[in-house]
Amino acid sequence: MSAEVSARPAGPSLGSRIVSMLGRSRELTLAGVIFLLCLVVAIQAPHFLSISNLSQVTTLAAIIAIAAVGESLVVMTKNIDLSVESTIGLVAFVVADILRQKMLPGPAAWAAGIGLGLVLGMANGAIITLFRVPSLVATLGTLSIFRGLDFFVAGGHEVNLADLPAGYSDAATQAFFGVPLFVILAIIVVVVVALVMRLTPFGRQVYAVGSNAEAALIIGIRSRLVIFLTFAICGALAGVAGVLWGMEFGTIYATSASNVSLQVIAAAVVGGVAIAGGAGTVVGAAVGALFLGLINNALLLLQMPQELLQVIYGAVILVAVSADALIQRRERRLAAEGAIQ
Amino acid sequence: MTDPPDTIPGSGTAAGAAPPVTMRRPILQRASGLLRWESLLLVVLALLVLEGTRLSKFFLTGPNFANLTSAVMEVAIVALPMTLIIITGEIDLSVESMIGLSGAILGSLWAAGVPIEVGIVIVLVVGALGGLFNGLVVTRLGLPSLVVTLGTLALYRGLAQVILGPTAISNFPAGFTAFGFGNIPGSTIPWTLIVFSALGVVFWLLTHKTWIGRQVFAVGKNKDAARYSGVRVGTLKTALFVVTGVIAALAGVILAARFSSARADNGTGLTLVVVTIVLLGGVDINGGKGTITGVILAVFTLSVLQNELRLAGVSSEYQGVAVGLLLIGSVTAPYLARQARSYSDRARRGRHPPAGSVEGGEVV
Amino acid sequence: MIYRAQRFAAGVAVLALVVTACGSSATPAPSVAAPSAAPSAAAPSAAPSAAPSTSAAASAAALSVVVIPKQINNPYFDVAFKGAQKAASDLGGTVTQVGPSAADATQQVPFIQTATTQGVGAIVISADDATAVVPALQAAMAAGVKVVGYDSSPAVGAYNVFVNQADTAGIGKGLADMACAEAPSCTGEIAVLSAAQSATNQNAWIDAMKTTLKDAKYSKLVFDGVVYGNDDPQVSTTQAQGLLQAHPKLKVIIAPTTVGIIAAAQVVRAAKKTGSVFVTGLGTPKGMQDYVKGGEAPQFALWNVTDLGYLAYAVAAQLTAGTIKGTEGETFTVKGLNGDKPYTIGKDGVVVLGPPFVFDKANIDQFVASFGF
Repeated sequence: MSAEVSARPAGPSLGSRIVSMLGRSRELTLAGVIFLLCLVVAIQAPHFLSISNLSQVTTLAAIIAIAAVGESLVVMTKNIDLSVESTIGLVAFVVADILRQKMLPGPAAWAAGIGLGLVLGMANGAIITLFRVPSLVATLGTLSIFRGLDFFVAGGHEVNLADLPAGYSDAATQAFFGVPLFVILAIIVVVVVALVMRLTPFGRQVYAVGSNAEAALIIGIRSRLVIFLTFAICGALAGVAGVLWGMEFGTIYATSASNVSLQVIAAAVVGGVAIAGGAGTVVGAAVGALFLGLINNALLLLQMPQELLQVIYGAVILVAVSADALIQRRERRLAAEGAIQ
Repeated sequence: MTDPPDTIPGSGTAAGAAPPVTMRRPILQRASGLLRWESLLLVVLALLVLEGTRLSKFFLTGPNFANLTSAVMEVAIVALPMTLIIITGEIDLSVESMIGLSGAILGSLWAAGVPIEVGIVIVLVVGALGGLFNGLVVTRLGLPSLVVTLGTLALYRGLAQVILGPTAISNFPAGFTAFGFGNIPGSTIPWTLIVFSALGVVFWLLTHKTWIGRQVFAVGKNKDAARYSGVRVGTLKTALFVVTGVIAALAGVILAARFSSARADNGTGLTLVVVTIVLLGGVDINGGKGTITGVILAVFTLSVLQNELRLAGVSSEYQGVAVGLLLIGSVTAPYLARQARSYSDRARRGRHPPAGSVEGGEVV
Repeated sequence: MIYRAQRFAAGVAVLALVVTACGSSATPAPSVAAPSAAPSAAAPSAAPSAAPSTSAAASAAALSVVVIPKQINNPYFDVAFKGAQKAASDLGGTVTQVGPSAADATQQVPFIQTATTQGVGAIVISADDATAVVPALQAAMAAGVKVVGYDSSPAVGAYNVFVNQADTAGIGKGLADMACAEAPSCTGEIAVLSAAQSATNQNAWIDAMKTTLKDAKYSKLVFDGVVYGNDDPQVSTTQAQGLLQAHPKLKVIIAPTTVGIIAAAQVVRAAKKTGSVFVTGLGTPKGMQDYVKGGEAPQFALWNVTDLGYLAYAVAAQLTAGTIKGTEGETFTVKGLNGDKPYTIGKDGVVVLGPPFVFDKANIDQFVASFGF
């Protein structure tokens, strides 16, 4: 650096300040991108912004968002849960089956479903914390095992809408003041979890474990317990998603919710939850789910070839993660320069 | 989730004199760790083979051997470079999409009249480029490979779909199909097994007998230490991704040959199988440890297991359960064994680690 | 060094497997009348499909048949399998069902190969991809295994007989007619929600439908194109939602797939478009019962899936017994089907089960009860 006797060095330009602000807040950036996306698509296809279209898109995105909130907690501790799709599928089927066999009334069946999700999440947590199996390996295994359980319970049948109580799937279309019920539920989940993360020691411990596990241990955080809890919560929220899944689709197969894990993880990653752990917010994960749902819908409405969907998904993930890294580097560089001056 | 560093068991974190030790012991210790894993696999494989003969009289026949081998050759050859990638602490999830992409490109080139040999060469180059992209983004931008290859998993698959659309190319030349599906005339050894054997030998030599292999392990154990001792970490990792891309493209060619069909969704789901095989082979997901021998054993263990389940009429979703249990068991068993060993060692020496210390420096 | 010895032992184990391969290239020839190498009873048979039916007293040659559907745990194929099981108990022999958990041809092939190795009498298969299964099926046929296609045909030359659930042109016309009946005054926009892009049967039906639509009778119907749901409920749902949004004046969604038609009907109901957008296509009575009554799908069609499985097994039995060979013009009878009238094998070894049923509000409850699916 030049050793000039300085007048006050010039502050960062306005553009640079905006970029820094956006960089620090992934949620803000995403919101901006979503806004631009809506603008661009609405010009070509005005019904993109219609109430009916947005209701459909956000209802489905809400289910993914709830699961993504749980997943983001796991990812923040530097782990991963690949088995969410099997949990969602199994819970959806079990709840539907309970209702078909009239074993329990509606709300009890839902509670049972969420409880099942919690148990599955705890199983994951136990394998990972008690037996020290890396989460990638453990959830790769439970992905197949839980799905196998699903097939076993299904025994070759599916649950049809005709088997369920009348009007069961209508819940998916309920709306209050135009906002779909599922979106309201998702917002509630996000707010509750976000508050827990921000205000409770548990939330701070999650970030601590993810940023620097050894340091966390040294200052006395029971990191294994924290990790166990994040998997338990992830399982419970996947259970919630499973209950909603059943209401959304009406007909549940043993293979329901296949390929959802990728969507959930992508939502978290795009939403700013770093795979390297210790960063990101649940709000970001939910916004990420919304974003990906909107992109899918935009492609359909613009009648673009279906093949492009995968390409765009991949590009979006890469751009989101690269942006993270570049902005972080920039911040570090600016901080270093500022420190030297 | 890291293994305890290669310390002499029983010293724990106790300050003070470690028990007197000879130089040879650490080497044997490390070797005995690997020894245990591969012997375990060997035992499992032997048990499976025995069970197979009990299950069906067709198990130990030539054609069955050809079936169970050819079914798994594509993932087997991809597992070889994937082992090295995982040893360096990275991962490549995009291999299944590269398999699909290479098949799609090969198919469309063939449909456009390009000779199959030229097509194969072009496809291998594309594989190298795909791997190069992965490697550069991971090393230059410093992004986690899990996420980068998650992105390219979708990206390359999308490219395959754009190139081929909904059509399937299926009128490949007979020789091509015979290579992928058929055996050496007069025997029941699939041609593709020859390819895998050759690559297996090459990778074994590369990993365990050359300086490249040593660098790979060094990077896996301690990236920064490796860099300070002169290893060009970024170049090495990028090179590994390139090799993985080429091998994945080759696997895509073999897949298209075996089914005489190139479709945009060829290879879907194979990434998990490859990763399962590598982990089953005793390669540590956190990097730094693993052997090619273990992975080769795992290839056959998995394919024998799947073959037996098929012979027994078990449906594929329950095969998935079996593999899932095997995967978790494969990591749990050594851990429990280590725990048992260290407890018995500590009991023998009468030491207890100071209160509040972390056992062996492990963190989850 | 111990380590080296371990490696050597590993190599020996692999070598042992290889020597087995070279040594026993003489396979136990799967003769037609050979007792089946049925899955041993000791194997864990938690799988719903592993259910060899009792044939202890069967006087017929102990025929063994393996059914390989597009996808295991798909209710449509499970119902067909029940038909095959009934045929096995009527005609003698054993039947089992195995298959991939995803509708993926590359996963079907290992099952074909295993069945060939086991020396089964016949393979009954619904191909995920017409050509990908060809090498394996041809190898099976060369080893003396009879191959019967059903539901979705393998490529010509890779089977002895293909049992088509209904005449392809007939299905196409049926789809067009149902769309015409549901669109007010046979006027308006229609679109198709199909299964996988490469699905042979769906593509054939859609082509037949498009040919029918060229007729003057349908001139006021506007065809908006095809979208693919991959037989995945989530993808089918988003595709159907996209159709509704992209074509606001859409009148009829035609879904010739049991998963897609349910998804489309649910989407119409959720979007509160019941009565302004209609759904038709091919679906199971039980799956669509609620939607027929609700008005989203006034009519749709299917065939008797149980009979399809029954006929496929019966054909396999007759092929292995040698009473038919699969050449054009041959006739045969199956007691209990087709009113006991003979079936005729057509071009390319195709046998047609019969005309499809059309379900509507009047008969849906009765058929749910009698079909059971």
